[in-house]
Amino acid sequence: MNDQTPFRPRVGLFVTCLVDLFRPTIGFAAVKLIEEAGCTVEVPSAQTCCGQPAYNSGDRADTKAIAKNTIQAFEEYDYIVAPSGSCAGMLKKHYPALFKGDAKWEARATDFAGKVHELVSFLVDVRGMQSVAARFDGQVTYHDSCSGLRELGVRAQPRALLSTVEGLKLKELKEADVCCGFGGTFCVKYPDISNGIVEKKTERIEETGAATLLAGDLGCLMNMAGKLKREGSAVETRHVAEVLAGMTDGPPIGGRG
Amino acid sequence: MEITSPRFKQNAREALADPQLQKAMGNVRSGFIDKRQAAVEALPEFDALRDNARAIKDHALSNLDLYLEAYEAKVRAAGGFVHWAETAEDARTVILDICRAAGARTVTKGKSMITEEIGLNEFFEKNGVKPVETDLGEYIIQLRGEHPSHIIAPAVHLNKEQVEADFRRVHDHLPASRDLSEPEALLGEARRVLRAAYFDADVGITGANFLVAETGSSIIVTNEGNGDLTQILPKVHIVLASLEKIVPTLEDAAQILRVLARSATGQDMSVYTTVSTGPRRLDDPDGPEEYHVVLLDNGRSSMLGTEFQDMLRCIRCGACMNHCPVYHEIGGHAYGWVYPGPMGAVLTPALIGVDKAGHLPNASTFCGRCEAVCPMRIPLPKMMRHWREREFERGLNPATARGGLKLWAFFAKRPWLYRLTTSMAIPVLSLFGGRKGRFRFLPLAGGWTRHRDLPAPESRTFMQQWRGREALKQETGGKQGAAR
Ligand code: SF4
Repeated sequence: MNDQTPFRPRVGLFVTCLVDLFRPTIGFAAVKLIEEAGCTVEVPSAQTCCGQPAYNSGDRADTKAIAKNTIQAFEEYDYIVAPSGSCAGMLKKHYPALFKGDAKWEARATDFAGKVHELVSFLVDVRGMQSVAARFDGQVTYHDSCSGLRELGVRAQPRALLSTVEGLKLKELKEADVCCGFGGTFCVKYPDISNGIVEKKTERIEETGAATLLAGDLGCLMNMAGKLKREGSAVETRHVAEVLAGMTDGPPIGGRG
Repeated sequence: MEITSPRFKQNAREALADPQLQKAMGNVRSGFIDKRQAAVEALPEFDALRDNARAIKDHALSNLDLYLEAYEAKVRAAGGFVHWAETAEDARTVILDICRAAGARTVTKGKSMITEEIGLNEFFEKNGVKPVETDLGEYIIQLRGEHPSHIIAPAVHLNKEQVEADFRRVHDHLPASRDLSEPEALLGEARRVLRAAYFDADVGITGANFLVAETGSSIIVTNEGNGDLTQILPKVHIVLASLEKIVPTLEDAAQILRVLARSATGQDMSVYTTVSTGPRRLDDPDGPEEYHVVLLDNGRSSMLGTEFQDMLRCIRCGACMNHCPVYHEIGGHAYGWVYPGPMGAVLTPALIGVDKAGHLPNASTFCGRCEAVCPMRIPLPKMMRHWREREFERGLNPATARGGLKLWAFFAKRPWLYRLTTSMAIPVLSLFGGRKGRFRFLPLAGGWTRHRDLPAPESRTFMQQWRGREALKQETGGKQGAAR
């Protein structure tokens, strides 16, 4: 560590596969915010996906192989941060469960899990961030993605930081805690049921009158954005980190118009 | 009851296209959730009570043989009979024998999911015994020749207009001009019709919410009082209960009752909590002459000691389905057997086999709301995942899904190859996404694009851009590079 400056924890950014492939802006927004929270950010190359598609399909062997890769790539960091409640929940809650009873890996997975955080809760709960220097003009609404909310208790933190964004007004979404119907592979395995669920979600979103929808998980965001676009809605969709980092110049998720 | 769980997808599609059902499911979404929430908020110790309830059941389940034997001894001491039924067929046979011995032609029934599980009504009808459901919801679906779609609100899939039409069709001895537009009128009419049935019945059958080892009692909770009349008026009372209903003491039952109704309907307590112990004693004002308990296993003991044991804590409150987004969309019948919603997604594969019920644990978004509200803290999503693991081990999932998963996992396990491939594919996909930045249709992504657009990748992958940025920093001698 550099001794002239105060201790800057080293954060390993777990980009998540969806952010890596579909929306790098969220990754850069996360880097910016974590740096603003007084940390150094590194991005290990040996990361792919958290393993949820395999884990939730009952394929434990592949999940374990992926989990071992991830643990090895990240365990040297002070913190591991992911811009997704779902992936952070996988790393933090499910990795230790996966290796339960494994003499070699259980302790490693547990140590690793202790350092894992979802981005916004990391900023607020771990780094004590109270405000952001960002501006976003207009009304937004916020959907609480399931894993972040129920596995990690992410609810107040994004709202606290959003309230400090200049020009932004938060209109609460009715049933914000109800699933959007994404559910990973669920949405393609049971598309009709998933569609029924997301239709109710977009109805609620429209009711708020907000021009922008925010959430903390790209999977859910792509699902809701995709539905809003299909319905011809004017509501734009973004990851909460983009707004908090003031990186909203590019087109929203699913494009403009 | 015919098992249609293997046709789950088809069932779900039909349910989604059924306007009556969709309307009725709106009532579930609005009816149960707020009431439970209010009841929970009014009781600060609710979560502590949940912990307590879980501990009671866990203890009972780890000493199941002990408490069941103690219970049996107490029932016998009170003058009742206990019959052990390993399978549904055993239970049906015992029950029919009891009814035959009593010369029964009509049997009244309190609401009981276990009688659904063993297909008792169909069996009775085949054998010349007439079953009469006395719970209003059960009565309605019996008129319709249907099965319950919810474990505590069996007719929740129906609207009042449908019920009115059924009553007019079946109660054709009543004046056609009567007003049945209000729910109260329907209730009153059912009550009058059922009154007669109570007195005709030779045997009354109820389920049990609890069996109490300490006293040999069975306890049922109802809101209509129909359970009381079912068990008090006929000569013979049969309690049909599954093994895991056992709790050690009355106090334990009382503890769990504090979370049951609150979780189910948001009531502090159900209107009637009825304890019955043995047949009528000499100084009792009423009660049956004979008291039988049929203890059903039907696959439950094989869940003990497995990753599915926690499911046996279930007290059938229905909170998990009331809060389930999938249940809200498709209702209970789509699940294709007796138990719907999240609890059914875990229990049904255990009882009828995961080869038949494989869709159920898969048709979940793992949103976790069921576990969050379950009073017995049953880790429902985790157990659904365990079923998926069993299916995967046995190769029961579709070959295409398996193949896709394996291909994906091949790359996900090899970061360098993954990086190489995605670095080539993603910019191309981004290009195809065009100015609009999304796809209305994409080959191989039909499941997604059937109902929604697919946002296109922004440009190059994050990793590509990040490496580029770091390389640039190094070149320009900027800050110490962060890439490894
Ligand atoms: S699983 Fe839990 S919430 Fe669902 S019915 Fe059973 S006790 Fe109630």
